[in-house]
Amino acid sequence: MALLQISEPGLSAAPHQHRLAIGIDLGTTNSLVATVRNGISLVLNDEHGRALLPSVVRYLADGAVQVGDAAQAVQSEDPVNTIVSVKRFMGRGLNDVGDVANLPYRFVDSPGMLQLRTIAGVKSPVEVSAEILKVLRDRAEQSLGGELVGAVITVPAYFDDAQRQATKDAARLAGLNVLRLLNEPTAAAIAYGLDNASEGIYAVYDLGGGTFDISILKLAKGVFEVLATNGDSALGGDDFDHRLYCWLLEKNRLSALGAHDTRALLTRARAAKEELTDRVETRITAVLGSGEMIDTAVTQEDFHAMTQNLVARTLQPMRRALRDAGLSVDEIKGVVMVGGSTRMPQVQRAVADFFKQVPLTNLDPDKVVALGAAIQANVLAGNRSEDDWLLLDVCPLSLGIETMGGLTEKIIPRNSTIPTARAQEFTTFKDGQTAMSVHVVQGERELVSDCRSLARFDLRGIPPMVAGSARIRVTYQIDADGLLSVSAREQSCGVEAHIVVKPSYGLSDAEITRMLQESHGHARDDMQARALREQQVEASQLLEAVVNALEQDGQSLLSADERAGIAAAMDELRARLQDGDHLVIKRAVGQLNDATVGFAQRRMDKSVSHALTGHKISELDN
Amino acid sequence: MSSIGSDFQQDFFRLFDLPLCFQLDTALLEQHYRALQVQFHPDKFSHLPEAEQRLSMQWSTRINEGYQTLRKPLNRARYLLALRGVDTQEETNTAMPLDFLMAQMEWREDIAAARQAKDDAALDGLADKLRQQTRSLEQQLGHLLDDEQDYLAAAGIVRKLKFFEKLAEEIASAFDELDH
Repeated sequence: MALLQISEPGLSAAPHQHRLAIGIDLGTTNSLVATVRNGISLVLNDEHGRALLPSVVRYLADGAVQVGDAAQAVQSEDPVNTIVSVKRFMGRGLNDVGDVANLPYRFVDSPGMLQLRTIAGVKSPVEVSAEILKVLRDRAEQSLGGELVGAVITVPAYFDDAQRQATKDAARLAGLNVLRLLNEPTAAAIAYGLDNASEGIYAVYDLGGGTFDISILKLAKGVFEVLATNGDSALGGDDFDHRLYCWLLEKNRLSALGAHDTRALLTRARAAKEELTDRVETRITAVLGSGEMIDTAVTQEDFHAMTQNLVARTLQPMRRALRDAGLSVDEIKGVVMVGGSTRMPQVQRAVADFFKQVPLTNLDPDKVVALGAAIQANVLAGNRSEDDWLLLDVCPLSLGIETMGGLTEKIIPRNSTIPTARAQEFTTFKDGQTAMSVHVVQGERELVSDCRSLARFDLRGIPPMVAGSARIRVTYQIDADGLLSVSAREQSCGVEAHIVVKPSYGLSDAEITRMLQESHGHARDDMQARALREQQVEASQLLEAVVNALEQDGQSLLSADERAGIAAAMDELRARLQDGDHLVIKRAVGQLNDATVGFAQRRMDKSVSHALTGHKISELDN
Repeated sequence: MSSIGSDFQQDFFRLFDLPLCFQLDTALLEQHYRALQVQFHPDKFSHLPEAEQRLSMQWSTRINEGYQTLRKPLNRARYLLALRGVDTQEETNTAMPLDFLMAQMEWREDIAAARQAKDDAALDGLADKLRQQTRSLEQQLGHLLDDEQDYLAAAGIVRKLKFFEKLAEEIASAFDELDH
């Protein structure tokens, strides 16, 4: 079977199938990939021994793409085609991105998400991010020497549905099977918590290149429970660079610069920011396109003064998260610092002042998120670790629907533990009404116009009835990735108008396929081969799972006929497994899935009814 | 959700293996909640076939819903009364005692004043006072539901607590405004 790669040493008696899984921190400034090897989480380096891949993508005229250090090195020479900090554009429209004028890109406004015009054509932020992910996927495959079962991709906890969906689409486009979208501060908490075997309530302060999150977690008895999260998905180290850049313009009485000069000065500003972490003064020197020479001294004091209000902007979400968790500052046992921007001394001081304690920095703030993601990926792939633990996360923003007068009615409050769902019943207000529309939004404000629109959809095919007699039940489900799906059905007369709504900004399967076909480096044969391998892996996993289930419960829960039906579907799938056509295998997988739905349900019911009785209370006490 | 088996309909007290009463051991509830999620959370099923992943999401969602229902006293009381076939009439029955309504108006004025003055100390004070009054009503609820089995009187307290819940939301949104 294709999915059997390496067996873990020391477990040779019972051949353990170690499934290769990775955790990816897709950062604003840098991205990383990590995996668990021999029970230890480690970051995978490139062939030059570098762990951090700069999140920079350059498009060239011949269609080639440069990613990482090579692209970063030329960002000032080719600023228009070299996309830096693309994460800030994920799931965002042009209106959402402040200060477009000061960015050296040619933006294209398009519904749902902005796009960028490059020398190689118009690119969506999803495609740009996919280029970064592809490099990390290749790095992992080469380093691990096998096919990946899947990946956990981290996202800022405060990312909304559009930003999460865009991230998941980018991963799919990069040919990755997404095991889970994991919140970055939560990933950091896993890496920290499992390392230090901590118990108690912790705060994770995560200031990255472009995003800020604060999460409050309770660690107890192997469960990581997020109590509250808050943040600002458009605040990060980039803003500190930008503030310094603007200060520099003012100081030198410069007005609007061209794309080259802008990028060059932003790069210098970033370097100066980093130098000011452990120096009290530095100089910024540059020669502009006009020949003009810039040579300006900047002190730590200057820098702290000009960025004071940025630091202050992180305090508001901290207060809110504490309030939502119903906690006071003295109840926080420790504060974990995550993200490169937490190296700035003024940030560390502000956090220490707020929480009245020195924050923990014993893990590398650049790596801790990827390390945690790898640990989670290892568990999700089915590589059972000895210390069984669980993660309970929350949705960061309230979900609401539009009611009369453009007001929001909250239906799922922020910080609800996911997965979560809420059903609502609607009725018609006119005789013979056959359609109605629902507008779903995300955010905390009362006016719909102040929230983010997630989906607008029409319920059609309602049987014509007297006003008020139709009963349409709409269910909003937020899954463990924090993604929303909506389904609806009419229940009064047995007509099940079942619909599933995907928010308008997500990519359809057809679009993903088209983008895959268009993207270079993916010859058609290559794609076919990959699809075939993936389908074979999925089929093998399914067969293995069904065999296990039958062994456990086949006799007690199924009739002879039912067993025969499942066996036939398994035989069919086994017979198709060596077919060269992934679609044929896919169909057989679908048939086996269908054949086992009822069985799965009975098994689940059985385990639920034994869930607590199976445990002795003394066991739970431990 | 027609595909869900019969066990899905069992009440939350049975799901969490707890006695059917208002005054419950919240530490035990939390312990059982965690024990259930450890077994049924989607993270435990992500390497299994789709059907099982879907079922686990539905169960995990229900366990979360049950936990929120039983954990919060107002939700728990409402749920208990519904199981007893008692309608709490929160939308329809607006006949509240006059002194209670007067007190409500005072509450609203005090919150509005603190909001306008952006006075977080005053808001903190109001939140504390509201918590105390809420707790006192919850104690009455426990007595009425578990000892007296006086469900109609309990429904009356639920209606009062609903007003308190709205006040708590107003205080929370006033706090949110302070941060802007």
